[in-house]
Amino acid sequence: MANNWKAVGRPVRKKDAMQLLLGKPAYVDDVTSRDCLVVKVLRSPHAHALIEEIRTDIAEKVPGIACIFTWKDVPQKRFTMAGQTYPEPSPYDRLILDRRVRFVGDAVAVVAGESEKAVDQALGLIRVCYQVLEPVLDLHTAKDNPILVHPEENWQSLCPVGADNRRNLCASDTCSDGDVDAVLADCDEVVEHTYHTKACQQAMMETFRTYAEMDAYGRLHIVSSTQIVFHVRRILANALDIPKSKIHVEKPRIGGGFGAKQTVVAEVYPALVTWKTGRPSKMIYSREECQIAGSPRHEMELHVRVGANRDGVIRAIDVYTLSNTGAYGEHGPTTVGLSGHKSIPLYTGNLEAFRFAYDVVYTNVQAAGAYRGYGATQGIFAVESAVSELADRLGIDPVVLREKNMVREGQIMSAYYNEPASACALDRCMAHCKALFGWEEKYPVRDMGNGKVRTAGVAMAMQGSGISGVDVGSATIKLSDEGFYNLSIGAADMGTGCDTILAQMAAECLDCSVDDIAVFGADSDASPYDSGSYASSTTYVTGKAVEKACAQLKENLCRIAAGMLDCDVDEVEFAGRTVKKLDGTDEVSLFDIAAKSMCGNETAAQVTVSHSSPISPPPFMVGMVEIELDTETGQVDVLDYTAVVDCGTPVNPNLARVQTEGGIVQGIGMALFEDVTYEPSGRIMENSLMQYKIPTRLDMGRLRVEFESSYEQSGPFGAKSIGEIVINTPSPAIAHAIAHATGVWHRTLPITPEKVLRGIQSSRK
Amino acid sequence: MEIKLTLNGRPVAASIAPDTLLLDFVRAQGCLSVKRGCETANCGLCTVLMDGTPVLSCSVLAARAAGRHVQTLEGLQEEAADFAAFIADQGAEQCGFCNPGFVMNTVALLRENPDPTDDEIRAYLAGNLCRCSGYEGQLRGIRAYLNSKKEG
Amino acid sequence: MLTIGEYSRPQSLDEAYALCQKKNNVVLGGMLWLKMQHRRVGTAIDLCDLGLDRIEETADAYRIGAMVPLRALETHAGLAALTQGAMAEAVRHIVGVQFRNCATVGGSVWGRFGFSDVLTLLLALDARVVLHHAGEMPLADFAALPCNTRDILTQIILPKTGGRTVYLSQRNISTDFPVLTCALSERNGAYTCVIGARPMPAAVFADEKGVLAQGITEDSARAFAEDIAARAVLGGNMRASGDYRRAICKVLVRRAAMALSKEG
Repeated sequence: MANNWKAVGRPVRKKDAMQLLLGKPAYVDDVTSRDCLVVKVLRSPHAHALIEEIRTDIAEKVPGIACIFTWKDVPQKRFTMAGQTYPEPSPYDRLILDRRVRFVGDAVAVVAGESEKAVDQALGLIRVCYQVLEPVLDLHTAKDNPILVHPEENWQSLCPVGADNRRNLCASDTCSDGDVDAVLADCDEVVEHTYHTKACQQAMMETFRTYAEMDAYGRLHIVSSTQIVFHVRRILANALDIPKSKIHVEKPRIGGGFGAKQTVVAEVYPALVTWKTGRPSKMIYSREECQIAGSPRHEMELHVRVGANRDGVIRAIDVYTLSNTGAYGEHGPTTVGLSGHKSIPLYTGNLEAFRFAYDVVYTNVQAAGAYRGYGATQGIFAVESAVSELADRLGIDPVVLREKNMVREGQIMSAYYNEPASACALDRCMAHCKALFGWEEKYPVRDMGNGKVRTAGVAMAMQGSGISGVDVGSATIKLSDEGFYNLSIGAADMGTGCDTILAQMAAECLDCSVDDIAVFGADSDASPYDSGSYASSTTYVTGKAVEKACAQLKENLCRIAAGMLDCDVDEVEFAGRTVKKLDGTDEVSLFDIAAKSMCGNETAAQVTVSHSSPISPPPFMVGMVEIELDTETGQVDVLDYTAVVDCGTPVNPNLARVQTEGGIVQGIGMALFEDVTYEPSGRIMENSLMQYKIPTRLDMGRLRVEFESSYEQSGPFGAKSIGEIVINTPSPAIAHAIAHATGVWHRTLPITPEKVLRGIQSSRK
Repeated sequence: MEIKLTLNGRPVAASIAPDTLLLDFVRAQGCLSVKRGCETANCGLCTVLMDGTPVLSCSVLAARAAGRHVQTLEGLQEEAADFAAFIADQGAEQCGFCNPGFVMNTVALLRENPDPTDDEIRAYLAGNLCRCSGYEGQLRGIRAYLNSKKEG
Repeated sequence: MLTIGEYSRPQSLDEAYALCQKKNNVVLGGMLWLKMQHRRVGTAIDLCDLGLDRIEETADAYRIGAMVPLRALETHAGLAALTQGAMAEAVRHIVGVQFRNCATVGGSVWGRFGFSDVLTLLLALDARVVLHHAGEMPLADFAALPCNTRDILTQIILPKTGGRTVYLSQRNISTDFPVLTCALSERNGAYTCVIGARPMPAAVFADEKGVLAQGITEDSARAFAEDIAARAVLGGNMRASGDYRRAICKVLVRRAAMALSKEG
């Protein structure tokens, strides 16, 4: 679509870029007092146990210890730590401290003291007598297991998600369209396999951390590294069983989130300490705590059936997902939905029938949460792998097979809640990516000698843009002195650049420079309500609120100006730095309107608008990878990753590109390196960045990212979203390339060199 | 125990515990750019220069730094701003939490090797983890800076 | 967490040696591993004032002070020439430049860590170590000493024996611990193959059967690799199984032998 935008579509520098690059104090631990209690948590060494006795008297005598809390000291009302809109689909299954501990790392006691050394010493002096219980560690045996993770009477599910704590079920459902069994029975070829993805960690560089203090009004003031200031307010009030009005939450700069900070992981502990003692306190999660008691991706096992005719027409897809929510149900009922609803619709093209069923089970491992991709990542790995295998069986180029079956603009996606693909450039993404990557030359295999082969793989992806009918984005825009604007938001810039992107939209609407927009957020007292930054919602939902707010503000400014020009409001128009009379005879400057707005004025030079969308238009993407695989060692080197994304209008092409690059590298980590394994006791082995290996800059090859824009009418300036989709293609594309190098399909991530070599050896036998 | 050292060009005398880590010491001295990202010396966020050499301040005792020159990003603002602007022009700073360590090590790289190849850049900065950017934008920024110097 | 009661910078090796006789006292290397331990150290003994951070070249050897950082080994032109680049190859994968600026060769050798790239290579170079009290001895002998020996490692000596060296390692991801390390050297016609990260500490193998005696060819390299892989005790840990290590051992040794045949 032709346009002559001045701010939108431009590679504007992020507003905080230089401050961050030069290391200015900006994060929780930089901007809050050092003079506060240090809060730490004693963690369970058992995967499942009852605390029979807990003695804190010796520990309390350590000099400098302010308080020690156990399960006896906390409210007995259950709540969820999931940052979701009320009523949350996630069950209310938590207490701040519970007598029953449900995973290795579960909280047993909270200790606060004046120094880290004192707290560490006290932690070692708490005497706990556990009745050790048999844990449920295997997601396959969890459902209807006689051992219950949540046998308690006051466990509660607020939404009809098919949850039943007496069956270890956090959620369960089936939906379908058409007779999938009949269509599959009629297909010439059916690929049927089971795929397994792990509880990968977001591994954001800044661990969870929260500061708490009582303010001058006797309210609990929380400064936290969070994506969801408003949800934090509700969750803490629920946890502490105090009125919501007693809590004020703000976020400074956030050192990465990727969904981890869409759950209240650290906040409850300092909140409890400060609320009970009145003293300021701070909790900084160690990296080990992040790894063992954080909020990682849901481990999922997906059983997929894809059926097609010999000519390559994909007719039916059947997906069953078994998701492991771990010890608590945060995001359990919702992540699983995306594993089918954001994988199957990619093949809407000729689809006659689909079925998607799932169970989400409780087990005695670390509770899962929200991680970029939110179930879609897992589902797309499974479905895309199956489709690539189908292409092999049919002897059809996997790009051609996809071109034949992919969803096209205007189609109704039956597996995506019957939403239309109103803006869809997936076909152009494929054509563009194919040319940019050089698919014809690189596919399928090139033998490099020395036992090394180079192969290519491909995958498609989709995601959503916000949660339809649920997410609320709001913006307050205000004209201030000399004609600059304040933009207040409740969305959370976690490094993604939404402060800047939303300012670009405001600047476009108000015909001014991005520098003229000062952005503030997010603060539960001061910001307009926003569900928060998750579900790829901020650009699409909050962005639309900005656009609407600016339109209303312009009307108000015209009204003020008309008064100054002594004419009717319909005789003037907003012209950026001025409001002009339509007949060109007179104008007033924004400078003067701003001055007037603060002197004898009764028309607000400030507007707040909320927006919610009944639909969630999917962004689309194609990724292609070239690997070099050493057939003697199983080592896989990513040489080239090429991606083309349809995020609607890229509001800031630089930031969209870096989002994509970052997501691809996280995806490469998930595909090849990032594993989560357990000792027989349930203890996580990968409990540090020494053992949980995320990609370095030597592990990702060359990245090339380009865009094929569609124009989403319901989005601001045609924008959809980009934050999550970008992590979805690497796993299936890399598994595809490895299959062509070795003849073996790997269906369990990560695909380590040892697995690759074992595959080669077993296929030779 | 008492130590004396030079921090960002300024003499500092302080009383510390023998097991105080340099990372905690410099933060207590107000050098808040220095970050902790792990406990296992794997992330590079805490990089400072000791006598001009990039080290992990999470693994150096403050006591060992006694008598030496320690520099954090607070003391290298101008030198860093020079190329940091090129990173900003890529949007590659992202969440920013890894930036000070990355910038400090890039300063060290460019002092040691003013005209590095892409592979030399990747190798030198391999110990600086970043979870947001995917690294490619950081490389583009450094490359753009080096090109601008050649043209300039 | 690690706690340290006192910090001391001895001004002589005798003073350092006397301090380290006490069980709770510890000589500091790069602090990288020590820091991760949960222990209470009485006195931390820092050798940083004793001039052990230098690499000295003599007529017949390089004498490497125990406090020399791994990064200095990596960038030293003389060591690069002596090892045909194997020295840099052995350390360049270790975490990052800053880590290697902290980690000392003395700490690496003293720890006798199973995963040690450095130990693997030094064993193939016929290195000797100097202990303040026990004096000079072959590195292989030192490696067999118990780790609680209360002495001070002061120097590593690399003889300028000539010959050829190749270093290879297999890693699951670039800067991770190795899954297997392999150093192969040839000195005056004698081959020494060292296999580390088994995951037990590096073990030294000679070409006892003379498989390479008639020169290195594809066939003799393969036979040599099969021989070493059959002799090496290999186990499993969270990075790889014993079976995978055995498969990799054959590949690395053969590739090392072929690379060696192309050196000089």
